[in-house]
Amino acid sequence: MSTEGVIYRVAGPVVTAVGISPRMYDVVHVGNERLMGEVIKIVGDKSIIQVYEDTTGVKPGEPVTNTGLPLAVELGPGLLTSVYDGIQRPLPILMEMCNGPFIGRGKTAPGISRETKWDFKPAVAVGDEVSAGSVVGTVQEGPMVHKIMLPPNAKKGKVEEIKEGSFTVEEPIVKVDGVEYPMMQKWPVRQPRPVAEKYNPDVPLVTGLRVLDTMFPLAKGGAAAIPGAFGTGKTVTQQSLAKYSDADIVVYIGCGERGNEMTEVLTEFPELKDPRTGDSLMKRTVLIANTSNMPVAAREASVYTGMTIAEYFRDMGYNVALMADSTSRWAEAMREISSRLEEMPGEEGYPAYLSGRLAEFYERACRGKSLCGDDGSISVIGAVSPPGGDLSEPVTQNTLRIVRVFWALDTKLRERRHFPTINWLTSYTMYDAQLSDWFKANVAEDFPDLKVWAMKVLQKEAELQEVVQMVGSDSLPDEQKIILEVAKMIREIYLQQNAYDEVDCYCPLKRQYTMLKLIKKYSDLADKALKSGVAVDKIAYIPARERFQQAKQDPQIDAELAAVEKDMEEQISKLEA
Amino acid sequence: MATVSKEYKTIENIQGPLVFVKTEEPVGYKELVTVRLSDGSIKNGEVLDSANGMVVIQIFEGTSGIDRSASVKFLGDTMKMPVSKDMLGRVLSGSAKPLDGGAEIVPEDMRDIAGAAINPWARASPNAFIQTGISTIDGMNTLVRGQKLPIFSASGLPHNDLALQIARQAKVRGENEQFAVVFIALGITNEEKQKFMREFERTGALKNAVVFLNLADDPAVERIATPRLGLTTAEYMAFDLGMQVLVIMTDITNYCEALRQVGAAREEVPGRRGYPGYMYTDLAQLYERAGRIKGKEGSITQIPILTMPGSDITHPIPDLSGYITEGQIVLSMDLHRNGIYPPVNVSSSLSRLMSNGIGPDHTRDDHKNVSDQLYASYAEGKDLRGLVAIVGKDSLSAKDRKLLDFADLFEDRIVRQGIDEDRSIETTLDIAWEILKELDVDQLTRISKKLIQKYLKKE
Repeated sequence: MSTEGVIYRVAGPVVTAVGISPRMYDVVHVGNERLMGEVIKIVGDKSIIQVYEDTTGVKPGEPVTNTGLPLAVELGPGLLTSVYDGIQRPLPILMEMCNGPFIGRGKTAPGISRETKWDFKPAVAVGDEVSAGSVVGTVQEGPMVHKIMLPPNAKKGKVEEIKEGSFTVEEPIVKVDGVEYPMMQKWPVRQPRPVAEKYNPDVPLVTGLRVLDTMFPLAKGGAAAIPGAFGTGKTVTQQSLAKYSDADIVVYIGCGERGNEMTEVLTEFPELKDPRTGDSLMKRTVLIANTSNMPVAAREASVYTGMTIAEYFRDMGYNVALMADSTSRWAEAMREISSRLEEMPGEEGYPAYLSGRLAEFYERACRGKSLCGDDGSISVIGAVSPPGGDLSEPVTQNTLRIVRVFWALDTKLRERRHFPTINWLTSYTMYDAQLSDWFKANVAEDFPDLKVWAMKVLQKEAELQEVVQMVGSDSLPDEQKIILEVAKMIREIYLQQNAYDEVDCYCPLKRQYTMLKLIKKYSDLADKALKSGVAVDKIAYIPARERFQQAKQDPQIDAELAAVEKDMEEQISKLEA
Repeated sequence: MATVSKEYKTIENIQGPLVFVKTEEPVGYKELVTVRLSDGSIKNGEVLDSANGMVVIQIFEGTSGIDRSASVKFLGDTMKMPVSKDMLGRVLSGSAKPLDGGAEIVPEDMRDIAGAAINPWARASPNAFIQTGISTIDGMNTLVRGQKLPIFSASGLPHNDLALQIARQAKVRGENEQFAVVFIALGITNEEKQKFMREFERTGALKNAVVFLNLADDPAVERIATPRLGLTTAEYMAFDLGMQVLVIMTDITNYCEALRQVGAAREEVPGRRGYPGYMYTDLAQLYERAGRIKGKEGSITQIPILTMPGSDITHPIPDLSGYITEGQIVLSMDLHRNGIYPPVNVSSSLSRLMSNGIGPDHTRDDHKNVSDQLYASYAEGKDLRGLVAIVGKDSLSAKDRKLLDFADLFEDRIVRQGIDEDRSIETTLDIAWEILKELDVDQLTRISKKLIQKYLKKE
């Protein structure tokens, strides 16, 4: 098999080579500058390569080398806190290599450091039987215990030798039936890593955002889509999720997004305090940043790179939250490459394999038992950016066919400064039934019922608003006016949440329950007061409501909420007297 | 410079702006080309597709006059431009040739116009306030250093007046910093060109500006290069000379039309509405050249202006732009018809980075609260207009009537301002308080009590 060939043709990021006989998706190095690329099509003796870097100045006749290996990521200690581009090149190291802020060409650096030494503690002894995925030892990586596993393709056997002490990721630490394994493993990004068993998703991913946890919860191992036209607050919502959700590991893929937005993530994450450890959130995060102006082929690869890293941590038995912002940009990268290949376009110019690729990607989200025997999960939160907010476009439609949670962001809400801008009427979750047992056991027996009540009030409000639009609110009967007031409380106090406020940014489930219960209480008291003849206006303007609103940002919030409850009872009973 | 290769007289096909040439030696992708016509005149081009033995060249000036006997020379180098600090105060053409009768630019350096991507790790967050002197921008959709904030306009609206006003008034406040404007006009008419040149000279804004003018009758291929020339200049001034640079590009729609035209000539598979599938990436390569870099003094801030075809915000051009830029300022025909200049529709406008550039450290402590309140009350007031049309003003409550009046007042006092009126941010906020006092205090739900006490002056 020949591995050296020459360039035949260069047209933008698509290069044709002859003289190499690659397999599909082999990684090749192109030209004198050895730009990295991937074989995406084979026509006779010609190999079509998508190059991850700018090809300006590359000429036919320059050499092409086939590595004979598919695009793979390096997995091992050193992943956490890393910031990569779409093909796992560490950006801080690239900056040193390029000697400046702009990314030069032909620069590569290993995904995880070869020099750093890690303290390896064995978890097995000589003579133990081990197999693929077995944990042979651990390394303390920041706040996380990084489990060192045999790769998923390792053969079953007996440990012949196991080391303890300080090693680099390449030094062998265990020998199984004559085969030595280092801490680092490589895994091809386009191939899902195996699990022993997939579970039903019946545990929620707790996010601390009231509208999500209460109204539209996502199960661990599930997938949610956040569609939103630009300017609807999609990114802010996703970032709050990354910050506050109860996942052990966060993998954030900035796929074809803005440079400044990525900077915000890159500067904020290290500064963010992890609510659990008090340490920097970055210590359990892997960031992938392939901004819109970086090479489009690397953008296409970035989601797979991120997913493979997420799977690696799931295999250790961790809960991983994977954010992909945005999958539309990924789909556009596919479209762009497909059109350069002159493939027959499908709907709106997207390739016909769009839905297949999307499904394959989301199917890699799951909660299950890993090969090492521990339970882990990957929850995917994929942003879609439908052009013009048109949800009928192919990427959104194909995504909605796969995911079971839909958090609809709404421009109208943004205009009203209602944040998070998740529309309570058009969003949905299909995990309600599966999760209600968990909520009953872990929050309160009546929590699912309260949620149903709140949704009903909001639905009723939407109907009444139509009437109000036509005849004005004065003509409504009193009971309905109260419904509008309660709905307003649900919207303004419960659903609205300030991501930038120290207290309000994260609302624990118990507190969510307390707050919703309190609104329900107001509703019940108001109904009672109304029956005893109190005027609607008086009930609506009790000072406790204002205090409730303010309590959200009070450092002593739980005490305040208790006080609000007392105020509410007193003030309404005073009205009745 | 690479050695100059030999001349070919082997043109096979000529098609739109493209020339297909048979070659013997390998030619680099994006290499520059000169074509000598039989009458001795020279045209320039760039390699689009280089295969063994056959090269496709895109001619910048259009292919008229080229025949198969024209000779083609490959220059062995990619497109570069001269940059220099003496470019300030100059008016240049769309291909960076002097239009003001001055001398050629004496290069301090030659730069590749495509520009490389900024390593996301090297970026610094946009952080400081830029005052444009326009209330609806400064007060409610604040522009921040390193941001890209487009203006979405439509045909028939005064976006070019607004562009000029911003170019004239924009400044970074307080510190002793160098500020420069790079003004890039794309596909403008000759009449507009005269106006731009006149205005720049009349107001003296030219001394801190570099102006690139690509005209409507210049070839489409040049229009694709012009913003890159301007941005390369801006990068030089920002990251080499340490200046705060504001880049204004008008009109991006003309740029995208040129992209479509060239794409069609190359027989590419079209994407939405015939625009090329790579338009997102292409626009990103322009817009993403805005930003700040760790350890560098200067910054690039962009205001791209585009006219939405048929005022349709879902059209691919505004849509894709909106996904790359950090917000948008939307101009409205309704306001324009009501005689309000600048006709900024604040409800659909947004500056995503506003919070980075406002507050006591940058503008004033009440800025955020006041802006939120204006947004909320104006939105409510506008909703009531719809209701009034059906049920009449009399059926509104007293509070609602105040909101209704507030919406009118807002448009008249905050939105409306003179074409030469340069309002400081303090002036803008003071006007806001003046109109807010027309509402009841309990309607000011977005402003903290402390700020209300400090700023609200009720008679």
